[in-house]
Amino acid sequence: MKKFPQLLAGLLVALVAGSVHADAVLLNVSYDVARDVFKDYNPLFQKYWKQKTGENIEVKQSHGGSSKQVRAVADGLEGDVVTMNQANDVEFLAEKGLVAKDWPKKFPNNASPYTSAMIFIVRKGNPLAIKDWGDLAKPGVQVILPHPKNTGNGRNSYLSAWAWALKQPGGNDKTAQEFVGKVLKNAPLFAAGGRDATTTFMQRRMGDVLITFECEAELIAKEFGKGNFDLVYPSLTMQTEFPVAVVDKVVDKKNTRKQAQAYLDYLWSKEGQENAAQNYLRPRDQDILKKYAAQFPAVKTFTVDEVFGGAAKAFAAHFKDGGSFDQIYQSK
Amino acid sequence: MASNSRRVLPGFSLALGYTLVYLSLLILLPLAGLVMKAGDLGFAQILDIATGERALASFRVTFGASLLAATINGFFGLIVAWILVRYPFPGKRFVDALVDLPFALPTAVAGITLATLYAGNGWIGRWLEPLGIKVAYTPLGIVFALTFITLPFVVRTLQPVIEDIEAEVEEAAASLGASRWQTFAKVIFPAIFPALLTGFALAFARAVGEYGSVIFIAGNMPLVSEITPLLIISKLEQYDVLGATALATVMLAMSFVMLLGVNLLQWWAANRHRNTEPLEAAAGRAGLAGAQS
Repeated sequence: MKKFPQLLAGLLVALVAGSVHADAVLLNVSYDVARDVFKDYNPLFQKYWKQKTGENIEVKQSHGGSSKQVRAVADGLEGDVVTMNQANDVEFLAEKGLVAKDWPKKFPNNASPYTSAMIFIVRKGNPLAIKDWGDLAKPGVQVILPHPKNTGNGRNSYLSAWAWALKQPGGNDKTAQEFVGKVLKNAPLFAAGGRDATTTFMQRRMGDVLITFECEAELIAKEFGKGNFDLVYPSLTMQTEFPVAVVDKVVDKKNTRKQAQAYLDYLWSKEGQENAAQNYLRPRDQDILKKYAAQFPAVKTFTVDEVFGGAAKAFAAHFKDGGSFDQIYQSK
Repeated sequence: MASNSRRVLPGFSLALGYTLVYLSLLILLPLAGLVMKAGDLGFAQILDIATGERALASFRVTFGASLLAATINGFFGLIVAWILVRYPFPGKRFVDALVDLPFALPTAVAGITLATLYAGNGWIGRWLEPLGIKVAYTPLGIVFALTFITLPFVVRTLQPVIEDIEAEVEEAAASLGASRWQTFAKVIFPAIFPALLTGFALAFARAVGEYGSVIFIAGNMPLVSEITPLLIISKLEQYDVLGATALATVMLAMSFVMLLGVNLLQWWAANRHRNTEPLEAAAGRAGLAGAQS
């Protein structure tokens, strides 16, 4: 215990010394599981920026539940940039006036430098022969997913199932809601978040199928071994985007706009795209996508804009209080 | 009234002023902010939010599980506190320290650990599941998590009070002919009852607000295992801060009424006990009752 003040002092000195070197400090406010992506990306950018401008730049990271993170930025956390996993969260900052209203147009590809897709993870050998969304509604199949109303991961799963049902012969909003209701009936629980769902499925061995991001599957392989499960790509699924934006209010105050802009622009560079691919996120750059084709099988995807008319509309129709999710759980 | 009379220790007004400022800053101000924010909605709307089917179900789950957990700890916590105070045994210090663990453990860790233990393939769950008892991902799991979290409140409240009861009192009761049960029911229990109520109230209050440990074991199914704090998070997810404060305010009011009730009961019990019955008299009465029977 006596060592503690010394330790603290040492830490402070180290921190101060570290930041004295930097000509500029950027704070990247990000969602929970983006740690690995940016841990690898930040040194790439620092090197690039040093070569280009001679400036030493330091990038700090803040990670947490994505909605919590943007609320923190709105409440005064001085993030120069936000790198999120749902458009809603950036939209919230736009409404609060911290981010440009037309933020999706500020960068290419709807301001999402890479994408992922919602896929299934099943037990080794796929004993229940689960091939597509339709199989998840069959009696006796247990489906594991995070809370469809409270988590981004769960919402993407919900909307994917909905969109698939819409595309079936005679599909409309009513049949889609019935179908999603059947899938949710097969869920023995709603996990607290993406990682909790993974633990429930892989470690506690609950359920027959886990709905999750394609990029999450690789992390599961690292953690639990590749031979423990199979991946299933459904016939149609959501292309999930990872929107980024410069926080105008903060960069104007800190005078870091140039660096913040460059930090996000560089995500679209060959190096940035390759880093995304190495973290199992589908790069926008077609050449790099081809290079990593082995880990990204072709899959038919839709975007929220195409099927639901945008993230805000989808959220309002399905996940606001009284929306389609709540209706499923209303007893008549 | 205070400034004129002489007191043994000086500085009453200073201390009182400090207490009021401290409590205002720490407790009253944030709570007032909460209520004022909810006030933007108007009473009818708050009532509307609080009486929705999901909200009502969540109140049942939250308050029901919390009461159950506090009750379980009221019983078993009393036993633990009693053993820890009254009996010497090897490893006592260690067991004593164990009691504090739920205080120190981050609640999410507690929740994940409990869920892993009680899941169908967990160390404990695998023995319970063949018996048809499912704990993880059911309301029962919520009760288990809350019981775990709130154990220290009961034990730590009771320990000093049990320590204060001198063994002579029990001996007196026994020498006057009281049976063991009579000694407990008429002498010891009335003495520790107010502290037991305090522990119960603390445990209950803590359980009502608990979020971190519960969401990992609850299963979070609408109308079945959704706790009110989860609905509050759900509102925040929709950036509906007003709705969240409305739910929080209703929860606060319900908790306040329940805690007030417990406090009144405790005040009544303490007064009755202190004014009319010193311990020695109780011991004598228990002894007499024992002699007559």
